[in-house]
Order: sequence, then structure tokens, then C-alpha cells
Amino acid sequence: MKILVALKRVVDYNVRVQVKPDGTGVAIDGVKMSINPFDEIALEEALRIREAGGAEEVIVVSIGASEAQQQLRTGLAMGADRAILVTADGPLVPLDAARTLLKLVEREEPGLVILGKQAIDDDCNQTGQMLAALWGRPQATFASEVDLAGGAATVVREVDAGLETIEVDLPAVLTTDLRLNEPRFVKLPEIMKAKRKPLEEIAIADLGVEPAGVIRETHFAPPAKREKGIMVEDVDQLLGALKDKGLL
Amino acid sequence: MNKILILADHDGSTLGPATAKTVAGAAAIGGDIDVVVLAESGAAIAAEAATLEGVTRALHVDAPHNAAPLAAVAAPQLAALMANGYTHLLAGSTTYGKDVLPRAAALLGVPQVSDIMAVDGPRAFKRPIYAGNAIVSVEVDGDGPVVGTIRAASFKAATTGDAAPVEATTVSADIPEHTRYVKLEASGGDRPDLASAPRVVSGGRALGSAENFDLIYKMADTMNAGVGASRAAVDAGYVPNELQVGQTGKIIAPELYVAIGISGAIQHLTGIKDAGTIVAINKDADAPIFEVSDIGLVADLFQVVPEITGKLGG
Repeated sequence: MKILVALKRVVDYNVRVQVKPDGTGVAIDGVKMSINPFDEIALEEALRIREAGGAEEVIVVSIGASEAQQQLRTGLAMGADRAILVTADGPLVPLDAARTLLKLVEREEPGLVILGKQAIDDDCNQTGQMLAALWGRPQATFASEVDLAGGAATVVREVDAGLETIEVDLPAVLTTDLRLNEPRFVKLPEIMKAKRKPLEEIAIADLGVEPAGVIRETHFAPPAKREKGIMVEDVDQLLGALKDKGLL
Repeated sequence: MNKILILADHDGSTLGPATAKTVAGAAAIGGDIDVVVLAESGAAIAAEAATLEGVTRALHVDAPHNAAPLAAVAAPQLAALMANGYTHLLAGSTTYGKDVLPRAAALLGVPQVSDIMAVDGPRAFKRPIYAGNAIVSVEVDGDGPVVGTIRAASFKAATTGDAAPVEATTVSADIPEHTRYVKLEASGGDRPDLASAPRVVSGGRALGSAENFDLIYKMADTMNAGVGASRAAVDAGYVPNELQVGQTGKIIAPELYVAIGISGAIQHLTGIKDAGTIVAINKDADAPIFEVSDIGLVADLFQVVPEITGKLGG
């Protein structure tokens, strides 16, 4: 079985993004870029499944500008077997990303596709669900535990009410939640080795995908600021202030 | 004229609080508002939804396959219902809405607007990106249906009033068998639900252990508050993930939010910035949480939390 993992190149988790003063976007020139943290968890899970004998090959995929090669190389250094970069101009909406991934799924025929539950740039939380719909296959989103057996996956999902368990037939799409695993650190020899692993580039047009867009971003603004509040000295003052506000 | 379909959030017997918020979001768009309950036996849930101000009809699709909240089962039914002239499909930004709606959108061949926090027009919305560090205005082009999830913290729940008609309905859709529900291990017990509680007490990494988190539970209980936690406390294993408040957890808007031993990382602040009053208790006077708190107290939580609990009668 093959496992396909999508890695999105995003602004690093630790960068505090600022809106451009003219409202045309966010200022991300020159900031540190990384693999979307949820996608790193997805790759770690795929590697563990392969290491446990549940899969033969782990393929990492990214869609976007050629700079995303960096994230794919990191994925290869973590242990993926090969990489595919679908080159495209500008960011795609999740539906277009799902259409693109579907083309790769049809080509590679993986038993599992593992994605992060959301990208920390657009915070959409859509691509995995959309890919599963277009593919006509099951989805197990927000996974915190995955067990494979007999052509099916038993997945524990983190839902608002607690932990939900579902069973899905393979092939299927999984999306990862934070506690599924802790991704491994990459060691230097692995980085050297990763340079020799195959990285294929395909233009999105050559896959027959024409991004449809449809959602237009018209303006960007910083979030509303909260007024700075008061400091109190002790518990009695605190409880007094809450009583004054009618909150106790 | 807009005709809006809302997927009801429920636990199999009662309507979830996200639906009243979603109805409020739909009312801001304007038009007829139908709420649909997919359940094994949804009449009582639909009757609850029918009392929400602004609802035109409350529908329920009763079927054995709707006994569990499976996206692969719900999405094709929603896509089929949308053929009845609906212009919009909405759900709350709960884990149920987030699971089902993108699948339905893809079946309809349209994109989705996630986490709508403001309505600028029938096809124009505002939503947060980058953990709420930016708010983007978006317009949905074309003439296909608009699919979106409503960020509960941004809307006041629709009030209840006279009941709209409740109608049982059927849907013709292919129901897949490749996805099977096994079980739900519910958490929380008798405490108010974190997502909808008017008061929430949250703990962070400074608690130091799962045992010490008892201090938070005790204080919350004396205030009849829900319990939350920062991602750091979840990552450290002090509490389960469903208590996580923030970008990757729950986005909440209680009247009172008490952050204890939480430094205030941006991804946490994203989850609470619509709260009415934020109280911060932290040993570190420079913690970023004090930049957003309405009332701050620089103190050792291990001293003041038991003191608060005691003085509130716990």
C-alpha cells in the first residue's frame, strides 16, 4: 500500500503575521516558512504505519510555487520515499487543492491519504473532506488514534463532545489532530540523503486542473483590539471588580 | 430571494447551542431559513429548532443511517436537499459542521467559506485567518450556492418565540456503507459545556500537572462555570483535547473568561477575543495575556485560586 501525504508550505507557527497597511494582504515577504504543523503530524503517522509494515511507500505532495521544494525536501529527510510538487501560481482555495490531489490519487492509487486537519495560514479545515467527497471515499477527520487492520482503519476522532470512534474502509482520507503523534526531528545525515531522493515536478495544467477560484479576497484588516483593562492587587479586589460588573 | 438551509447540530435528542447562532448568521444574510435535522428520530429536535426566531420551517429526515453523525452519510443528503432551490447551506463551526459541510460543498462543486464572523452581504463575508491575526473580507463569485460555517462566538444566539412549522421529509441519496460509527466516549459530565457556558475558567501549563488541574475544576464548580485549557496544558497531558481553547481548539465567547496560569499565546487569544470580560491570573507580570485582560492579577495561582474558591463558598 502507498500512503499519500500533502504538505503545505505556510508561514512558520512562531511568526506573528501583520496585515499590510493598505489592506491588500498580509506581509509575509522574507518571513520563515515551514511545513504546516498538522501536515507534519500527517507525515509522521504515515512513516509510523510504513515502519510497522502497514505500507510500502510514503509519497509527499505539495501544491504551489517552486519554493515548496524546501518543505518537500524536509519531508523526504523525515523519511518519505519520494516527492511530487505540483507547480501553481498563487494560493489555491481548498476545493482546487482537493481537485489537484484527486488527480494524483488517481495516478498513484494510494490506500491512505493523510492530511492535516487545517492549514495554519487560511485556517479553512476543508481540503481532506473535499478530497474524500470528490474521490467518493470515506473520511476520518480530526484523528487522534489510527489502527489499520483487514483493509479498514479504526480511527478515534477528537470531536466537541469527546472522543468518537469510527471505522472506515480503505482507501480513505484521514485528517490529523494535534495529539495523533509527535513528529520526529530530522537528523543531518537524513538531510543529505534526502537530496538524492526523487522529487518530481508537474505543472498544475498538465494534470488537467484549472483552478476555479470563486472565493475572492477583497480586503484584509487587523483584528479589533481589546481595550487595556485594570490590574488588581489581591483576590478581594478581583472579586469586588467582578461584582461591580454584575458577573458574580 | 435567499433560501437558506441550515444543518442542525444535535446529540441525537436535543438541539446543540451552535444552531441558534447559525440561525442568527442566516438572519443577517436574510431570506427564508429552513433548519434540517438528520437523525434517527428528529421530530423533537426539529420542534426545538422551530422556536428559533427567523426560522421558516424545521425539517427532519428520520432514518436509521442518520442515527450517528457521519459526514459521508450526511453530505449526500444535504447535496440532494439543496436541489430544492436553496441559495445557501450553513452549519455551525462545530466539529460536526466542520466535518460535514466541506464534503457537501465538494459534492455541490462549490467552495466553502469557513468560520464566518460577519455578514457583509448575501455572498460577502468576513472571516479570520492566521489564527485571527488578520480578518479577510471575501466575496463568493458565480451563481452557485454559498456554503459556509458560522463562527458561533461572533453571533448572538437567535431568541426563541412562536414555533414555525415542523415537517418530516425524505431525501433520495446514495448512502455509502464504507463508514461505520463505533462509539462516543463523552467527556465533561455535569459541568456546563465549554462551547456555550456563560462562564469559563481555563488553566494553562503553569498548573504543572493533571492533579493540580483539580484547582481549576473546583473553582469552576463554585462559579457554575465550564472548564477550558490552553494548548500547552493539553499538550502536557493535564487535560483532554476537547477542553482546548484557541485556534486549533474551541473558539468561545463567554460573558466571563478566567485565564489561570495561561501566558496568552496568540493562538489561545484567538479563541477568547470575543469574550465579554477576560480575567487573567498569572505570576509573570509581562505575560501577554495581560494585554487583553479586562482585570489582571499578578499572583501565584496556587495561593489565589484556592482563596477564590474558598471565598466563593466552595
